[in-house]
Amino acid sequence: MSKPTAPALIIDGLIRDVGPIPALDGRMKRIISGVYLTARFGQVTALLGANGAGKTTTIECAQGLQRRDGGTISLLGEDPDKPSAALRARVGVMLQDGGLPPSAHPLPLLRHVAQMYESPRSVDELADRLGIRAFADTAIRRLSGGQKQRVALAASLVGNPEVLFLDEPSAGLDPQARLMVFDLIRELRDEGLAIILTTHLLDDAQKLADYVYIVDAGATVAAGTVAQLLSQATSAEAQRTVTFEAPPGLDPAAALRRELSVSQTRPGSYSVTGALEPGDLLELARWWAALDVMPTSLHLASRSLEDVFLALSGTELR
Amino acid sequence: MTLPATRPLSARSKPAALGRRIMLQGRYETLTMLRNGEQLILAIVLPLMVLVALAVTPLLDGLGASRINVATPGVLALCAMSTAFTGQGIATGFDRRYGVLRFLSTTPLGKGGLIAGKVLAVLAVLVLQAIVVAAVALFLGWQPPLAGILLGIPLLALGAVAFTALGLLVAGTVRPEATLAITNLLWILFGALGGIVLPPTRLPDTVSAVVHFLPSGALGEAMRGALVHGEFNILAVVVLLGWSVVASAAAIRWFKWS
Repeated sequence: MSKPTAPALIIDGLIRDVGPIPALDGRMKRIISGVYLTARFGQVTALLGANGAGKTTTIECAQGLQRRDGGTISLLGEDPDKPSAALRARVGVMLQDGGLPPSAHPLPLLRHVAQMYESPRSVDELADRLGIRAFADTAIRRLSGGQKQRVALAASLVGNPEVLFLDEPSAGLDPQARLMVFDLIRELRDEGLAIILTTHLLDDAQKLADYVYIVDAGATVAAGTVAQLLSQATSAEAQRTVTFEAPPGLDPAAALRRELSVSQTRPGSYSVTGALEPGDLLELARWWAALDVMPTSLHLASRSLEDVFLALSGTELR
Repeated sequence: MTLPATRPLSARSKPAALGRRIMLQGRYETLTMLRNGEQLILAIVLPLMVLVALAVTPLLDGLGASRINVATPGVLALCAMSTAFTGQGIATGFDRRYGVLRFLSTTPLGKGGLIAGKVLAVLAVLVLQAIVVAAVALFLGWQPPLAGILLGIPLLALGAVAFTALGLLVAGTVRPEATLAITNLLWILFGALGGIVLPPTRLPDTVSAVVHFLPSGALGEAMRGALVHGEFNILAVVVLLGWSVVASAAAIRWFKWS
Protein backbone atom coordinates (compact mmCIF):
# COMPACT_ATOMS: atom_id res chain seq x y z
CA MET A 1 0.00 0.00 0.00
CA SER A 2 1.40 3.35 -0.97
CA LYS A 3 1.38 5.94 1.79
CA PRO A 4 1.30 9.65 1.10
CA THR A 5 4.27 11.15 2.88
CA ALA A 6 2.93 14.68 3.45
CA PRO A 7 1.38 15.07 6.90
CA ALA A 8 -2.40 14.72 7.08
CA LEU A 9 -2.78 17.66 9.43
CA ILE A 10 -0.51 20.54 10.38
CA ILE A 11 -1.60 23.04 13.01
CA ASP A 12 0.82 25.93 13.37
CA GLY A 13 0.54 28.56 16.08
CA LEU A 14 -3.20 28.26 16.54
CA ILE A 15 -4.89 31.17 18.31
CA ARG A 16 -8.52 31.30 19.36
CA ASP A 17 -10.26 34.06 21.29
CA VAL A 18 -13.72 33.90 22.83
CA GLY A 19 -15.88 36.66 24.15
CA PRO A 20 -16.39 39.47 24.73
CA ILE A 21 -16.37 38.45 28.39
CA PRO A 22 -18.36 40.76 30.71
CA ALA A 23 -16.10 39.83 33.66
CA LEU A 24 -13.11 41.11 31.68
CA ASP A 25 -14.78 44.49 31.00
CA GLY A 26 -15.97 43.20 27.64
CA ARG A 27 -12.54 42.16 26.43
CA MET A 28 -11.86 38.94 24.57
CA LYS A 29 -10.35 35.96 26.33
CA ARG A 30 -7.57 34.04 24.58
CA ILE A 31 -8.27 30.35 25.17
CA ILE A 32 -5.78 28.99 22.63
CA SER A 33 -2.50 30.83 22.51
CA GLY A 34 -0.14 28.60 20.55
CA VAL A 35 -1.01 25.00 19.72
CA TYR A 36 1.33 23.18 17.33
CA LEU A 37 0.57 19.74 16.00
CA THR A 38 1.49 17.53 13.06
CA ALA A 39 -0.44 14.32 12.40
CA ARG A 40 0.77 11.69 9.93
CA PHE A 41 -0.85 8.86 8.03
CA GLY A 42 -0.53 5.45 9.64
CA GLN A 43 -0.14 6.99 13.09
CA VAL A 44 -2.28 7.70 16.10
CA THR A 45 -1.60 11.25 17.24
CA ALA A 46 -2.85 12.07 20.74
CA LEU A 47 -3.67 15.50 22.05
CA LEU A 48 -3.25 15.01 25.78
CA GLY A 49 -4.28 17.54 28.35
CA ALA A 50 -6.39 18.21 31.42
CA ASN A 51 -10.02 19.20 31.07
CA GLY A 52 -10.20 22.76 29.76
CA ALA A 53 -6.67 22.70 28.30
CA GLY A 54 -8.02 23.47 24.81
CA LYS A 55 -8.05 20.04 23.15
CA THR A 56 -11.61 20.15 21.83
CA THR A 57 -11.30 23.76 20.69
CA THR A 58 -8.14 22.84 18.80
CA ILE A 59 -9.60 19.94 16.88
CA GLU A 60 -12.87 21.79 16.23
CA CYS A 61 -10.83 24.51 14.53
CA ALA A 62 -9.20 21.76 12.44
CA GLN A 63 -12.64 20.34 11.55
CA GLY A 64 -14.00 23.75 10.49
CA LEU A 65 -16.52 23.76 13.34
CA GLN A 66 -14.94 26.79 15.02
CA ARG A 67 -13.24 29.72 13.38
CA ARG A 68 -9.73 30.59 14.46
CA ASP A 69 -8.18 33.96 15.28
CA GLY A 70 -4.61 33.23 14.28
CA GLY A 71 -2.17 30.62 13.05
CA THR A 72 -2.53 28.26 10.11
CA ILE A 73 -4.14 24.87 9.70
CA SER A 74 -3.57 22.55 6.76
CA LEU A 75 -5.85 19.52 6.62
CA LEU A 76 -5.05 17.25 3.65
CA GLY A 77 -3.41 20.30 2.11
CA GLU A 78 -6.47 22.55 2.46
CA ASP A 79 -7.49 25.23 4.92
CA PRO A 80 -10.42 23.66 6.84
CA ASP A 81 -11.94 27.00 7.86
CA LYS A 82 -14.74 26.59 5.29
CA PRO A 83 -14.32 22.95 4.31
CA SER A 84 -15.53 21.83 0.87
CA ALA A 85 -17.72 18.74 0.51
CA ALA A 86 -14.76 16.97 -1.10
CA LEU A 87 -12.63 17.66 1.98
CA ARG A 88 -15.41 16.70 4.40
CA ALA A 89 -15.80 13.37 2.58
CA ARG A 90 -12.18 12.49 3.38
CA VAL A 91 -12.39 13.34 7.08
CA GLY A 92 -14.34 11.44 9.76
CA VAL A 93 -15.38 13.21 12.95
CA MET A 94 -16.54 11.83 16.28
CA LEU A 95 -17.68 14.69 18.49
CA GLN A 96 -17.37 14.63 22.26
CA ASP A 97 -21.13 14.82 22.73
CA GLY A 98 -21.80 12.40 19.86
CA GLY A 99 -24.09 14.71 17.92
CA LEU A 100 -26.59 11.94 17.22
CA PRO A 101 -30.33 12.68 16.95
CA PRO A 102 -31.92 11.25 20.13
CA SER A 103 -35.06 9.92 18.44
CA ALA A 104 -33.18 8.04 15.68
CA HIS A 105 -32.34 4.34 15.76
CA PRO A 106 -28.69 3.37 15.24
CA LEU A 107 -28.84 1.44 11.95
CA PRO A 108 -31.17 3.73 9.96
CA LEU A 109 -29.09 6.70 11.10
CA LEU A 110 -25.83 5.04 10.01
CA ARG A 111 -27.38 4.08 6.66
CA HIS A 112 -28.48 7.67 6.18
CA VAL A 113 -25.02 9.05 6.94
CA ALA A 114 -23.46 6.40 4.65
CA GLN A 115 -25.53 7.64 1.71
CA MET A 116 -23.80 11.02 1.88
CA TYR A 117 -20.68 9.32 0.46
CA GLU A 118 -19.99 7.85 -2.94
CA SER A 119 -18.40 4.63 -1.66
CA PRO A 120 -19.09 4.20 2.05
CA ARG A 121 -18.09 1.33 4.28
CA SER A 122 -20.69 -1.38 4.84
CA VAL A 123 -22.96 -0.35 7.71
CA ASP A 124 -23.73 -4.01 8.48
CA GLU A 125 -20.09 -4.91 8.91
CA LEU A 126 -19.39 -1.85 11.06
CA ALA A 127 -22.42 -2.65 13.19
CA ASP A 128 -21.20 -6.23 13.66
CA ARG A 129 -17.71 -5.10 14.41
CA LEU A 130 -18.75 -2.57 17.07
CA GLY A 131 -21.49 -4.74 18.60
CA ILE A 132 -24.22 -2.29 17.60
CA ARG A 133 -26.72 -4.99 16.59
CA ALA A 134 -27.30 -5.84 20.25
CA PHE A 135 -29.08 -2.50 20.69
CA ALA A 136 -30.13 -1.76 17.12
CA ASP A 137 -33.84 -1.60 18.06
CA THR A 138 -33.31 1.02 20.77
CA ALA A 139 -33.67 4.75 20.18
CA ILE A 140 -30.41 6.61 20.66
CA ARG A 141 -31.78 8.58 23.61
CA ARG A 142 -32.19 5.30 25.55
CA LEU A 143 -28.65 4.01 24.93
CA SER A 144 -25.92 4.05 27.57
CA GLY A 145 -23.03 6.47 27.17
CA GLY A 146 -20.76 3.72 25.90
CA GLN A 147 -23.33 2.47 23.38
CA LYS A 148 -23.85 5.99 22.04
CA GLN A 149 -20.07 6.33 21.82
CA ARG A 150 -19.86 3.23 19.61
CA VAL A 151 -22.62 4.50 17.29
CA ALA A 152 -20.82 7.85 17.05
CA LEU A 153 -17.58 6.03 16.21
CA ALA A 154 -19.35 4.02 13.50
CA ALA A 155 -20.86 7.24 12.11
CA SER A 156 -17.39 8.81 11.90
CA LEU A 157 -16.06 5.76 10.02
CA VAL A 158 -18.89 5.02 7.65
CA GLY A 159 -17.60 7.41 4.98
CA ASN A 160 -14.29 5.55 4.75
CA PRO A 161 -12.21 8.55 5.82
CA GLU A 162 -8.47 9.08 5.43
CA VAL A 163 -8.29 11.30 8.50
CA LEU A 164 -10.23 10.46 11.64
CA PHE A 165 -10.83 12.85 14.56
CA LEU A 166 -11.89 11.22 17.82
CA ASP A 167 -12.74 13.53 20.71
CA GLU A 168 -12.36 11.55 23.96
CA PRO A 169 -13.05 8.18 22.30
CA SER A 170 -12.92 6.11 25.49
CA ALA A 171 -15.35 8.28 27.48
CA GLY A 172 -18.14 6.19 28.96
CA LEU A 173 -16.85 2.86 27.64
CA ASP A 174 -16.82 -0.21 29.86
CA PRO A 175 -13.59 -2.26 29.84
CA GLN A 176 -14.74 -4.69 27.13
CA ALA A 177 -15.97 -1.94 24.82
CA ARG A 178 -12.75 -0.04 25.45
CA LEU A 179 -10.68 -3.01 24.31
CA MET A 180 -12.89 -3.41 21.24
CA VAL A 181 -12.59 0.27 20.35
CA PHE A 182 -8.83 0.35 20.95
CA ASP A 183 -8.30 -2.71 18.74
CA LEU A 184 -10.32 -1.03 16.01
CA ILE A 185 -8.32 2.21 16.30
CA ARG A 186 -5.03 0.28 15.96
CA GLU A 187 -6.39 -1.61 12.97
CA LEU A 188 -7.45 1.64 11.27
CA ARG A 189 -4.00 3.07 11.91
CA ASP A 190 -2.45 -0.02 10.33
CA GLU A 191 -4.72 0.52 7.31
CA GLY A 192 -2.97 3.88 6.94
CA LEU A 193 -5.45 6.34 8.41
CA ALA A 194 -4.24 9.42 10.21
CA ILE A 195 -6.01 9.32 13.57
CA ILE A 196 -6.10 12.35 15.83
CA LEU A 197 -7.59 11.76 19.25
CA THR A 198 -7.96 13.88 22.33
CA THR A 199 -7.81 12.43 25.79
CA HIS A 200 -7.23 13.46 29.37
CA LEU A 201 -6.40 9.84 30.21
CA LEU A 202 -2.69 9.12 30.20
CA ASP A 203 -3.43 5.46 29.92
CA ASP A 204 -5.22 6.01 26.59
CA ALA A 205 -2.25 7.94 25.22
CA GLN A 206 0.24 5.37 26.49
CA LYS A 207 -1.74 2.46 24.99
CA LEU A 208 -2.69 3.98 21.65
CA ALA A 209 -0.57 6.92 20.60
CA ASP A 210 2.41 6.82 18.29
CA TYR A 211 2.97 10.50 18.93
CA VAL A 212 1.75 12.63 21.82
CA TYR A 213 1.24 16.39 22.07
CA ILE A 214 0.74 17.62 25.61
CA VAL A 215 -1.48 20.70 25.68
CA ASP A 216 -1.74 22.89 28.74
CA ALA A 217 -3.60 26.19 29.16
CA GLY A 218 -4.08 26.57 25.41
CA ALA A 219 -0.54 25.83 24.21
CA THR A 220 1.51 22.79 23.20
CA VAL A 221 4.02 22.28 26.03
CA ALA A 222 5.66 18.99 24.99
CA ALA A 223 5.68 16.62 22.06
CA GLY A 224 7.22 13.27 21.25
CA THR A 225 6.67 9.55 21.12
CA VAL A 226 5.61 8.03 24.40
CA ALA A 227 9.12 6.56 24.73
CA GLN A 228 10.77 9.92 24.05
CA LEU A 229 8.63 11.73 26.57
CA LEU A 230 9.42 9.06 29.14
CA SER A 231 13.16 9.04 28.46
CA GLN A 232 13.34 12.86 28.62
CA ALA A 233 11.80 12.65 32.01
CA THR A 234 13.95 9.73 33.10
CA SER A 235 17.22 11.33 32.09
CA ALA A 236 16.26 14.51 33.87
CA GLU A 237 15.52 12.65 37.03
CA ALA A 238 16.03 8.90 36.87
CA GLN A 239 13.37 7.75 39.21
CA ARG A 240 12.35 4.22 39.92
CA THR A 241 10.34 2.91 42.82
CA VAL A 242 10.31 -0.47 44.52
CA THR A 243 7.36 -1.15 46.76
CA PHE A 244 7.00 -4.26 48.90
CA GLU A 245 4.90 -5.55 51.74
CA ALA A 246 6.42 -7.22 54.78
CA PRO A 247 5.84 -7.25 58.57
CA PRO A 248 5.60 -3.70 59.95
CA GLY A 249 8.33 -2.00 61.97
CA LEU A 250 11.36 -2.91 59.82
CA ASP A 251 14.01 -0.39 58.73
CA PRO A 252 15.12 -1.07 55.11
CA ALA A 253 17.17 2.17 55.08
CA ALA A 254 19.81 0.41 57.21
CA ALA A 255 20.56 -1.95 54.32
CA LEU A 256 20.50 0.55 51.44
CA ARG A 257 22.53 3.40 49.99
CA ARG A 258 21.92 6.75 51.63
CA GLU A 259 20.90 8.33 48.24
CA LEU A 260 17.73 6.27 48.12
CA SER A 261 14.68 7.52 49.92
CA VAL A 262 12.83 4.96 52.02
CA SER A 263 9.40 5.31 53.49
CA GLN A 264 6.71 3.22 55.07
CA THR A 265 3.55 4.44 53.37
CA ARG A 266 1.38 2.50 55.84
CA PRO A 267 2.33 -0.17 58.42
CA GLY A 268 3.97 -3.02 56.55
CA SER A 269 4.00 -1.27 53.17
CA TYR A 270 7.47 -0.02 52.20
CA SER A 271 8.61 2.16 49.32
CA VAL A 272 12.17 2.76 48.06
CA THR A 273 12.60 5.53 45.48
CA GLY A 274 15.64 6.86 43.63
CA ALA A 275 18.12 6.02 40.89
CA LEU A 276 17.84 2.31 41.62
CA GLU A 277 20.50 -0.05 40.26
CA PRO A 278 20.53 -3.85 40.12
CA GLY A 279 22.87 -3.93 43.11
CA ASP A 280 20.30 -2.14 45.25
CA LEU A 281 17.84 -4.94 44.63
CA LEU A 282 20.54 -7.45 45.60
CA GLU A 283 21.15 -5.57 48.89
CA LEU A 284 17.43 -5.54 49.58
CA ALA A 285 17.20 -9.31 49.02
CA ARG A 286 20.25 -9.96 51.26
CA TRP A 287 18.60 -7.88 53.99
CA TRP A 288 15.37 -9.94 53.73
CA ALA A 289 17.46 -13.15 53.92
CA ALA A 290 19.35 -11.94 57.00
CA LEU A 291 16.08 -11.11 58.78
CA ASP A 292 14.43 -14.26 57.43
CA VAL A 293 11.60 -12.09 56.02
CA MET A 294 9.67 -13.11 52.91
CA PRO A 295 7.84 -10.09 51.41
CA THR A 296 4.18 -10.77 50.60
CA SER A 297 4.35 -8.53 47.54
CA LEU A 298 7.03 -6.84 45.46
CA HIS A 299 6.62 -4.26 42.69
CA LEU A 300 9.06 -2.30 40.57
CA ALA A 301 7.84 0.76 38.63
CA SER A 302 9.54 3.27 36.40
CA ARG A 303 8.32 6.75 35.67
CA SER A 304 5.00 6.86 33.86
CA LEU A 305 3.64 9.33 31.36
CA GLU A 306 1.56 10.58 34.24
CA ASP A 307 4.68 11.88 36.00
CA VAL A 308 5.75 13.66 32.80
CA PHE A 309 2.31 15.11 32.41
CA LEU A 310 2.09 16.34 35.98
CA ALA A 311 5.60 17.78 35.83
CA LEU A 312 4.65 19.78 32.72
CA SER A 313 1.15 20.86 33.53
CA GLY A 314 1.40 21.17 37.29
CA THR A 315 -0.58 19.29 39.89
CA GLU A 316 -3.10 21.95 40.84
CA LEU A 317 -6.69 21.56 39.79
CA ARG A 318 -7.98 23.91 37.16
CA MET B 1 -12.62 -10.44 12.49
CA THR B 2 -11.25 -7.74 10.27
CA LEU B 3 -12.76 -4.58 8.94
CA PRO B 4 -14.56 -4.52 5.63
CA ALA B 5 -12.13 -4.47 2.74
CA THR B 6 -11.05 -0.95 1.98
CA ARG B 7 -9.53 0.86 -0.93
CA PRO B 8 -5.85 1.77 -0.81
CA LEU B 9 -5.34 5.13 0.81
CA SER B 10 -4.44 6.71 -2.50
CA ALA B 11 -8.07 6.30 -3.62
CA ARG B 12 -9.89 9.27 -2.13
CA SER B 13 -13.23 9.01 -0.43
CA LYS B 14 -15.70 11.14 -2.38
CA PRO B 15 -18.98 12.81 -1.43
CA ALA B 16 -22.25 11.73 -3.04
CA ALA B 17 -23.54 14.30 -5.55
CA LEU B 18 -24.91 17.55 -4.03
CA GLY B 19 -28.47 17.04 -5.29
CA ARG B 20 -28.54 13.50 -3.95
CA ARG B 21 -27.29 14.59 -0.53
CA ILE B 22 -29.99 17.26 -0.26
CA MET B 23 -32.77 14.92 -1.48
CA LEU B 24 -31.70 12.24 1.00
CA GLN B 25 -31.58 14.72 3.88
CA GLY B 26 -34.99 16.06 2.85
CA ARG B 27 -36.42 12.54 2.86
CA TYR B 28 -34.82 11.74 6.22
CA GLU B 29 -36.14 14.91 7.85
CA THR B 30 -39.60 14.39 6.34
CA LEU B 31 -39.84 10.88 7.78
CA THR B 32 -38.57 12.16 11.14
CA MET B 33 -41.30 14.85 11.17
CA LEU B 34 -44.02 12.40 10.17
CA ARG B 35 -42.98 9.94 12.87
CA ASN B 36 -43.28 12.60 15.56
CA GLY B 37 -46.76 12.38 17.10
CA GLU B 38 -46.77 15.90 18.57
CA GLN B 39 -45.79 17.34 15.20
CA LEU B 40 -48.59 15.46 13.46
CA ILE B 41 -51.15 16.95 15.86
CA LEU B 42 -49.80 20.40 15.08
CA ALA B 43 -49.58 19.70 11.35
CA ILE B 44 -52.86 17.88 10.65
CA VAL B 45 -55.21 17.58 13.63
CA LEU B 46 -55.30 21.22 14.76
CA PRO B 47 -55.73 22.66 11.24
CA LEU B 48 -58.59 20.23 10.56
CA MET B 49 -60.27 21.22 13.84
CA VAL B 50 -59.97 24.88 12.85
CA LEU B 51 -61.42 24.08 9.41
CA VAL B 52 -64.44 22.31 10.85
CA ALA B 53 -64.94 25.01 13.51
CA LEU B 54 -64.98 27.74 10.86
CA ALA B 55 -67.36 25.71 8.71
CA VAL B 56 -69.97 25.26 11.46
CA THR B 57 -69.80 28.73 13.08
CA PRO B 58 -70.89 32.06 11.55
CA LEU B 59 -67.49 33.76 12.01
CA LEU B 60 -66.82 34.04 8.27
CA ASP B 61 -70.36 34.65 7.04
CA GLY B 62 -70.74 37.22 4.30
CA LEU B 63 -67.13 37.13 3.04
CA GLY B 64 -67.55 34.67 0.17
CA ALA B 65 -69.91 32.26 -1.50
CA SER B 66 -69.74 29.86 1.46
CA ARG B 67 -68.01 29.59 4.85
CA ILE B 68 -65.81 26.72 3.67
CA ASN B 69 -64.64 28.71 0.65
CA VAL B 70 -63.28 31.46 2.93
CA ALA B 71 -62.03 29.10 5.64
CA THR B 72 -59.96 26.70 3.52
CA PRO B 73 -57.32 29.14 2.15
CA GLY B 74 -56.64 30.41 5.67
CA VAL B 75 -56.33 26.89 7.07
CA LEU B 76 -53.84 26.02 4.30
CA ALA B 77 -51.85 29.10 5.37
CA LEU B 78 -52.08 27.89 8.98
CA CYS B 79 -50.60 24.54 7.85
CA ALA B 80 -47.59 26.36 6.43
CA MET B 81 -47.05 28.20 9.70
CA SER B 82 -47.45 24.98 11.76
CA THR B 83 -44.87 23.03 9.80
CA ALA B 84 -42.37 25.64 8.66
CA PHE B 85 -42.28 27.80 11.77
CA THR B 86 -43.35 25.87 14.86
CA GLY B 87 -42.59 22.25 13.94
CA GLN B 88 -39.38 22.87 12.05
CA GLY B 89 -38.19 25.53 14.53
CA ILE B 90 -38.58 23.22 17.53
CA ALA B 91 -36.90 20.30 15.75
CA THR B 92 -33.96 22.47 14.68
CA GLY B 93 -33.60 23.94 18.18
CA PHE B 94 -33.25 20.50 19.72
CA ASP B 95 -30.96 19.25 16.92
CA ARG B 96 -28.74 22.18 17.79
CA ARG B 97 -28.81 21.34 21.50
CA TYR B 98 -27.82 17.71 20.87
CA GLY B 99 -24.98 18.58 18.50
CA VAL B 100 -26.76 17.01 15.51
CA LEU B 101 -26.22 20.15 13.42
CA ARG B 102 -22.50 20.13 14.22
CA PHE B 103 -22.07 16.45 13.44
CA LEU B 104 -23.99 16.59 10.14
CA SER B 105 -22.08 19.70 9.10
CA THR B 106 -18.84 17.67 9.30
CA THR B 107 -20.23 15.09 6.82
CA PRO B 108 -20.40 15.85 3.08
CA LEU B 109 -23.96 17.16 3.68
CA GLY B 110 -22.54 20.35 5.23
CA LYS B 111 -24.35 23.38 6.60
CA GLY B 112 -25.93 24.40 3.31
CA GLY B 113 -27.19 20.88 2.59
CA LEU B 114 -28.62 20.65 6.08
CA ILE B 115 -30.69 23.82 5.63
CA ALA B 116 -31.74 22.83 2.09
CA GLY B 117 -32.84 19.43 3.43
CA LYS B 118 -34.96 21.12 6.09
CA VAL B 119 -36.65 23.35 3.51
CA LEU B 120 -37.41 20.29 1.33
CA ALA B 121 -38.86 18.44 4.32
CA VAL B 122 -41.09 21.40 5.17
CA LEU B 123 -42.37 21.53 1.59
CA ALA B 124 -42.94 17.75 1.48
CA VAL B 125 -44.93 17.76 4.72
CA LEU B 126 -46.85 20.82 3.53
CA VAL B 127 -47.88 18.97 0.36
CA LEU B 128 -49.29 16.13 2.48
CA GLN B 129 -51.08 18.60 4.76
CA ALA B 130 -52.55 20.46 1.80
CA ILE B 131 -53.83 17.19 0.28
CA VAL B 132 -55.54 16.16 3.53
CA VAL B 133 -57.01 19.63 4.23
CA ALA B 134 -58.17 20.06 0.62
CA ALA B 135 -59.78 16.61 0.62
CA VAL B 136 -61.73 17.34 3.81
CA ALA B 137 -62.65 20.82 2.53
CA LEU B 138 -63.92 19.42 -0.79
CA PHE B 139 -66.00 16.95 1.20
CA LEU B 140 -67.44 19.92 3.14
CA GLY B 141 -68.36 21.66 -0.13
CA TRP B 142 -65.26 23.72 -0.98
CA GLN B 143 -65.33 25.03 -4.58
CA PRO B 144 -62.05 26.76 -5.43
CA PRO B 145 -61.58 28.49 -8.82
CA LEU B 146 -58.93 26.82 -11.04
CA ALA B 147 -56.95 30.06 -11.43
CA GLY B 148 -56.97 30.43 -7.67
CA ILE B 149 -55.46 26.95 -7.21
CA LEU B 150 -52.65 27.71 -9.68
CA LEU B 151 -51.95 30.98 -7.88
CA GLY B 152 -52.32 29.49 -4.39
CA ILE B 153 -49.62 26.83 -4.78
CA PRO B 154 -46.66 29.21 -5.29
CA LEU B 155 -48.09 31.57 -2.65
CA LEU B 156 -48.20 28.75 -0.11
CA ALA B 157 -44.61 27.82 -0.99
CA LEU B 158 -43.54 31.46 -0.52
CA GLY B 159 -45.25 31.51 2.87
CA ALA B 160 -43.40 28.30 3.81
CA VAL B 161 -40.09 29.92 2.87
CA ALA B 162 -40.81 33.01 4.99
CA PHE B 163 -41.87 30.95 8.00
CA THR B 164 -38.94 28.51 7.61
CA ALA B 165 -36.51 31.44 7.70
CA LEU B 166 -38.24 32.82 10.80
CA GLY B 167 -38.23 29.40 12.46
CA LEU B 168 -34.52 28.95 11.77
CA LEU B 169 -33.83 32.44 13.11
CA VAL B 170 -35.52 31.61 16.42
CA ALA B 171 -34.07 28.09 16.64
CA GLY B 172 -30.54 29.28 15.91
CA THR B 173 -30.40 32.11 18.40
CA VAL B 174 -32.15 31.06 21.63
CA ARG B 175 -32.21 27.91 23.79
CA PRO B 176 -34.47 25.07 22.55
CA GLU B 177 -36.85 25.50 25.50
CA ALA B 178 -37.26 29.15 24.52
CA THR B 179 -37.76 28.15 20.86
CA LEU B 180 -40.50 25.76 22.01
CA ALA B 181 -42.23 28.53 23.97
CA ILE B 182 -41.82 31.29 21.37
CA THR B 183 -42.91 29.28 18.33
CA ASN B 184 -45.91 27.73 20.11
CA LEU B 185 -47.01 31.06 21.55
CA LEU B 186 -46.70 32.83 18.21
CA TRP B 187 -48.60 29.98 16.53
CA ILE B 188 -51.53 30.62 18.87
CA LEU B 189 -51.29 34.43 18.67
CA PHE B 190 -50.86 34.52 14.89
CA GLY B 191 -53.50 31.83 14.53
CA ALA B 192 -56.09 33.75 16.56
CA LEU B 193 -55.23 37.39 15.90
CA GLY B 194 -52.62 37.39 13.13
CA GLY B 195 -55.04 37.50 10.20
CA ILE B 196 -54.17 33.99 9.06
CA VAL B 197 -57.54 32.17 9.40
CA LEU B 198 -59.68 35.15 10.42
CA PRO B 199 -59.46 37.96 7.83
CA PRO B 200 -58.41 41.40 9.13
CA THR B 201 -61.99 42.66 8.69
CA ARG B 202 -63.14 40.26 11.37
CA LEU B 203 -60.47 41.33 13.86
CA PRO B 204 -60.59 44.24 16.36
CA ASP B 205 -59.72 47.58 14.74
CA THR B 206 -56.51 47.94 16.77
CA VAL B 207 -54.95 44.83 15.20
CA SER B 208 -56.54 44.81 11.76
CA ALA B 209 -54.32 47.67 10.54
CA VAL B 210 -51.15 45.85 11.61
CA VAL B 211 -51.85 42.31 10.47
CA HIS B 212 -51.37 43.10 6.77
CA PHE B 213 -47.68 43.53 7.57
CA LEU B 214 -47.30 40.36 9.61
CA PRO B 215 -46.22 37.19 7.77
CA SER B 216 -49.39 35.51 9.07
CA GLY B 217 -51.75 38.20 7.81
CA ALA B 218 -49.93 38.55 4.49
CA LEU B 219 -50.07 34.81 3.78
CA GLY B 220 -53.71 34.53 4.92
CA GLU B 221 -54.78 37.48 2.76
CA ALA B 222 -52.74 36.29 -0.24
CA MET B 223 -54.31 32.83 -0.05
CA ARG B 224 -57.86 34.17 0.36
CA GLY B 225 -57.30 36.66 -2.45
CA ALA B 226 -56.28 33.84 -4.78
CA LEU B 227 -58.69 31.09 -3.73
CA VAL B 228 -61.80 33.16 -2.92
CA HIS B 229 -61.58 35.89 -5.53
CA GLY B 230 -58.96 34.63 -8.01
CA GLU B 231 -56.94 37.79 -7.33
CA PHE B 232 -53.21 38.40 -6.92
CA ASN B 233 -52.54 40.42 -3.73
CA ILE B 234 -49.34 42.32 -4.56
CA LEU B 235 -48.99 43.97 -1.15
CA ALA B 236 -49.18 40.60 0.60
CA VAL B 237 -46.57 39.07 -1.71
CA VAL B 238 -44.21 42.01 -1.16
CA VAL B 239 -44.64 41.66 2.62
CA LEU B 240 -43.92 37.90 2.45
CA LEU B 241 -40.85 38.46 0.28
CA GLY B 242 -39.65 41.11 2.74
CA TRP B 243 -40.02 38.78 5.72
CA SER B 244 -38.22 36.01 3.78
CA VAL B 245 -35.26 38.22 2.92
CA VAL B 246 -34.93 39.88 6.34
CA ALA B 247 -35.35 36.65 8.32
CA SER B 248 -32.93 34.75 6.05
CA ALA B 249 -30.30 37.48 6.32
CA ALA B 250 -30.73 37.62 10.10
CA ALA B 251 -30.54 33.81 10.37
CA ILE B 252 -27.36 33.73 8.26
CA ARG B 253 -25.88 36.48 10.42
CA TRP B 254 -26.84 35.23 13.89
CA PHE B 255 -27.50 31.47 13.61
CA LYS B 256 -25.33 29.61 16.12
CA TRP B 257 -24.55 26.03 15.20
CA SER B 258 -23.70 24.98 18.74
